[in-house]
Amino acid sequence: MSCAVEQTVENLPPRGRGALAQLMRDPMGMTGAVLVVGFILLAIFAPLLAPYDPIQIDVRHKFQPPSLAHWAGTDQLGRDMLSRLIWGARVALGISMTATGIAGALGLLLGLVAGFGPRWLDAVLVLFFDSFSSLPMIMFALAVITVLGPGITTLIIVIVLVSVPGYGRLIRAQTLALKGADYIQAERTIGASSARIILYHLLPNVVGPLVILLSMDIPVVIMLEAGLSYLNLGVGPPTPSWGNILYDGYTSLRSAPYMVIAGGIPLILCTLGFTFLGEGLRDALDPKLKLRVAR
Amino acid sequence: MSALLEVAELSVTYRAEGGDVNALRGVSLMAEAGEVIGIVGESGCGKSTLAAALIALLETNATVGTGEVRLNGRDILSLPEAERRKLRGHDIAMISQDPMTAFSPVLTMGDQIVDFQQHSGLSRAARRARAADMLRKVGIADAEICLRRYPHELSGGMRQRVAVAAALMANPALLVADEPTTALDVTMEAQIIHMLRSLRTEINGAIVIVTHHLGVIGELCDRVYVMYAGQVVEEAPVDDLYHAPRHPYTQALIACDPGALGAGQGVLPTIPGRPPDLTAPPPGCGFAPRCPLADGTCHSKPPPRVRVSAQQTALCHKVVS
Amino acid sequence: MLGYSIKRVALALLILVVVMLGMFAMVYVIPGDPASIALGPRATPELKALLIQRMGLDQSLPNQIWHFFRAAATGDLGIDVWSKRPVLDVILEVFPKTLLLGAVSLCWAVVLGIGLGCLAVIWRGTFIDRLLGVLSVSMIAVPSFVIALYSLLIFAVWLGWLPAIGAGQSGDWGSQARALILPSFAIGVSWVGYIARLVRASMLEVMGANHIRTARAFGLPETVVVLKYALRIAIVPTIAIIAIGAGSILSSAVFVETVFSRPGIGTLITGAVEKRNYPVVMGTVLFMTAFYLFVVTAADLLIARLDPRVRDVLRG
Repeated sequence: MSCAVEQTVENLPPRGRGALAQLMRDPMGMTGAVLVVGFILLAIFAPLLAPYDPIQIDVRHKFQPPSLAHWAGTDQLGRDMLSRLIWGARVALGISMTATGIAGALGLLLGLVAGFGPRWLDAVLVLFFDSFSSLPMIMFALAVITVLGPGITTLIIVIVLVSVPGYGRLIRAQTLALKGADYIQAERTIGASSARIILYHLLPNVVGPLVILLSMDIPVVIMLEAGLSYLNLGVGPPTPSWGNILYDGYTSLRSAPYMVIAGGIPLILCTLGFTFLGEGLRDALDPKLKLRVAR
Repeated sequence: MSALLEVAELSVTYRAEGGDVNALRGVSLMAEAGEVIGIVGESGCGKSTLAAALIALLETNATVGTGEVRLNGRDILSLPEAERRKLRGHDIAMISQDPMTAFSPVLTMGDQIVDFQQHSGLSRAARRARAADMLRKVGIADAEICLRRYPHELSGGMRQRVAVAAALMANPALLVADEPTTALDVTMEAQIIHMLRSLRTEINGAIVIVTHHLGVIGELCDRVYVMYAGQVVEEAPVDDLYHAPRHPYTQALIACDPGALGAGQGVLPTIPGRPPDLTAPPPGCGFAPRCPLADGTCHSKPPPRVRVSAQQTALCHKVVS
Repeated sequence: MLGYSIKRVALALLILVVVMLGMFAMVYVIPGDPASIALGPRATPELKALLIQRMGLDQSLPNQIWHFFRAAATGDLGIDVWSKRPVLDVILEVFPKTLLLGAVSLCWAVVLGIGLGCLAVIWRGTFIDRLLGVLSVSMIAVPSFVIALYSLLIFAVWLGWLPAIGAGQSGDWGSQARALILPSFAIGVSWVGYIARLVRASMLEVMGANHIRTARAFGLPETVVVLKYALRIAIVPTIAIIAIGAGSILSSAVFVETVFSRPGIGTLITGAVEKRNYPVVMGTVLFMTAFYLFVVTAADLLIARLDPRVRDVLRG
């Protein structure tokens, strides 16, 4: 028994204080962490930080280039760009974090069911995961949007549906690997229940990879939200989303180029921030985790 | 008069994050043509580094401090890489530690073993025929089929036979076998040892066998060098080593050999403690902290090399000639 | 090899059937009747009755599924409700343009990515290696349509060097090539990052492997060691990633084609979604899914040829 416990400790990836310290030493991870925390604060305190009402139309002051009064200028309806971009952070982070959160929880559940459930259920779930991952993400998203109509709820449903298989596969693979590990077999022979194994061994072992995967997926999801909103298939006007701000800029690209320039900056910084943080987390928590590609 | 192989006061350090590791600290040894020498020691004693130095293939983070490895009087470590490459596979051959990973998984055995003979100057077809002959000599009956196989389709023992065959085909002046049987099970090990012994006459040069397994040494070698903490602590003909070991470490090592235990001895003896940290080698004898005979001198002063007989030396304060 | 190929293709077909069943369910499970949705705002009772009959909605469910599969198997993806042309024709008209765009993007990305990856291996551990690492991650992270917008603004609007919209005049290779530059740049950038990182990682891993040591111990020239013994293994994960990434390239293409108003699958399907042109959306999704499955399966078979170990285990 004591032997099994020792082995467990050895098998756990380094985490907690040590991992945090390592993240702090990594300049790229630190940059990412600072950017992410900055955007989260921006999203939370948007009402306090935004100098103007983001949807207040003021046609007399439309298309004003950046000035002291409007740091990022105004758009075609005279709305303050800076305020819209700040509120856009709230939309981007709100949607992506809600959706990946739900997807992570669902993936964890399905992965555990596949790993611990009966064989036929595992086979069905694996086929489901494989089929879903065989759909090009954008095609699937567009199909769902056609059926349900564009909107924030549709976006969240789409993101959950396209992300769940990835998380489910990860958890299933980890579960199966762990089930075969000698110390788990040893626990089983002395009569440990599945619940105990899940709670004490599996969850602590999968949380790291899952968090890394989630933080690496968030920029992909933010890109998807912005992209679909850009196509007018995501967050509808007048709600400020980085995607539809960019679309507004695109329609007046020649007359007001500052709109596209300003609109792209927070999107780039935000996806960079989350990606850097995800990389840093991976290096700190589990360097062996394979790098993944968005579909 | 110089021997075929002479290693003189060789020191090798690895650059590493926690400080430089002094893997070899003034190792000297020699081997004549036709001789089989064994290098034995526990994990981390520097024997694999020594093996890498013998084939002039040290890791990129390793630096040679002092000393030379002379093959036929030429220092192979100071040669430019292009010259060293010409030696490897021609004058020097190696049998790798792990037959599981020693071959490229994506090429057939035949393809690789033909590549390995690139110094021979023969055509690929001729090299292939030569390979088939050699495979039969090492006990692979259906050699042609074996050449068409990928490594993962062969058993560990088969792969090690192919590895031995590849090394023999070079007809080298020096053959280095780095832990040739460690990754194999007991039956396979016996077969490979038997094969190596029967092939001794095939090889005109010297054979160096690096292992932690005393049984292998006893079966195959003429003379033995015992390594500890990056140094050769004892050198002796194989019979003397077994029957009259002088260095306390060698004595402990032989006492711990499971093969030498008599029936009815219930407990396997062990050497308490662990080898010293080679990032900061101790000033005195490396074995002193674990040695039952050690006194103050052992801890503070480097031990002398004491010549016990014409062919036996020991690196110890407590040994008298 | 043959057994593996059959298994792999069978798995792809099974997945395609599951995807088709899912799409069938999606059309028929949604609230409201599919005929009205398919027709969108232009639905008149006569049109609806006609469509219900044509879609076979008045038949039993197993019959409907049978018809759906039989039609799809013969290449009948329905009729575009706006232009009244077969959906397959509409798709095949624009698909080569998207294929060309994706291929060109990938080509320059592979060349540049392998180059940067090898540079990082040569200078591993140095400042250049770290710089290339950060650069690769940044390239991966920046959304392709933002790159598209910025490059459109800089090179087309401000500098006027390259065309801002379209795919160039038909028959004029020069103008078509010029029209490809900015879109393929926007799509390829993140791939340079992916491939550079992957090549670096797998080359470093392979160069440390025991069999590379064996090859060196037998005195093989370094060029043979790298090209025959290392690269062939290092290239395998790159092929897999490129194939899986075909879906990601498609996503980028959808956005980038829209930004540059370039005819292709992306502009086709986004236009169809906006107009709720249901048969075109579903037909395109099905077509692209089949294409994607084809690419991934072909890549798996290629990998199995390059790495014989894969043949023995069918990936689960």
